[in-house]
Amino acid sequence: MADIKFSTIMRDGMWNNNVVFAQMLALCPLLAVTSTATNGLGMGLASMAVMVSASIVVSMFRDFITKEVRLPVFVLLIATIVTLVDMFMNAWMHQLHKVLGLFIPLIVTNCAILGRVESFASHQPLSRAVADGFFMGLGFTFALVTVGATREILGSGTLFANAPLLLGDHFSFMELTLIPGYDGFLLMILPPGAFIALGFLLAGKRLIDARRSRDEEDTAPADVVPAEGH
Amino acid sequence: MIGGKRTITNPSYRRRTGYHGMLVGATALIASALLVLGNISTRDAIAMRHAEDIQRMLAEVIPKALHENDLLQDKFELDGRQIFQARLNDEVSAVSYQVAGPGYSGLITIIMAVDKNGTLLGVRVVSHSETPGLGDKVEEDRSDWVHEFEGMQLTKANEKQWAVKKDGGKIDQFTGATITPRAVVKAIKGGMEFFAQHKQRLLTYEPGPESGISEVKKNG
Repeated sequence: MADIKFSTIMRDGMWNNNVVFAQMLALCPLLAVTSTATNGLGMGLASMAVMVSASIVVSMFRDFITKEVRLPVFVLLIATIVTLVDMFMNAWMHQLHKVLGLFIPLIVTNCAILGRVESFASHQPLSRAVADGFFMGLGFTFALVTVGATREILGSGTLFANAPLLLGDHFSFMELTLIPGYDGFLLMILPPGAFIALGFLLAGKRLIDARRSRDEEDTAPADVVPAEGH
Repeated sequence: MIGGKRTITNPSYRRRTGYHGMLVGATALIASALLVLGNISTRDAIAMRHAEDIQRMLAEVIPKALHENDLLQDKFELDGRQIFQARLNDEVSAVSYQVAGPGYSGLITIIMAVDKNGTLLGVRVVSHSETPGLGDKVEEDRSDWVHEFEGMQLTKANEKQWAVKKDGGKIDQFTGATITPRAVVKAIKGGMEFFAQHKQRLLTYEPGPESGISEVKKNG
């Protein structure tokens, strides 16, 4: 297998094969935590850290892991990494852990991490695996923040509320009240709002992709990689 | 493909069940070892962070003017609860303890402080697993809601006020989350009843064997 270009890895992770918008994975944590953009950002960053670490470990040991037992081995490794991240953050990044603590155990249930490890890191060299973990994580963060921001703006009229709790007081400028005196639109904050927002965002992504491939039709064939089903 | 493609030979032992069993077993062993190591190296730090958290919470619910003792030192158990006593001039001025109740998803743990007259000094949510963005407004960091309880007393006459507005009480509920505030109110009310029941014991200072040796000498 020829080495995949880093630019392809980046484009796949951020857009073409985005965890949420193309692969439709990790919808459970996505729907659960995106009531605000800040929550989405926190969950995204924590997932990214786990994705990169899991990709590193699996890529390093890919020669020892056989096909038959790969899934239990991957699950064990990911669960261990998540638990370690949880413990270390609790011990040494206590403030951040208080904010993210709710989400970290949820990362174990994130099928996207298992999916990437299985379909990419387990047969790619370390550098590619790290890049993939990073960009897939970044793409996931992007998706979480987008859905979170949409719901937050429509649901409570603010953007990045409570961001200083996550990032420290330097980031208090991120807290915006976009619609002052807004009563809130409860549906968007509740779980159905997550489905509705995600639905519209997915449709939007399809629209953009369709337009792009129509534009490119004359010059080159579309390079959109079909989503790998899991 | 996995584990095979890059090596020229794919040795036959890899296809044996024994190898697979060993592989999963070895991974589990390494994973457990890592977790044990992680636990050992973080255990003390986490315990310390929790003690700091409790101290900070205590400092928030009990005004500094009400005590001159080390709150973490003067604690005792009563009915399975850990009681922290605040003392001023050898007299108990306030007590603090934790209460808990089932919220929307999991237990909500609350620390509360009551002064010697039975007035609620303050309330903080220590831990919970409520919905982020909805139920987590019980945290002091996120909303001023918990301050509503300050100064409240529990008497026969005002018992009805100890409920969210939806249930005819005087405490606000949140948009989209009634179960969480309801659970918090109920837990705090339970804490107030606990105070009324055990008032005598809560307000007497009995130095325990492990707390403040110098204090024991003074009293004995």
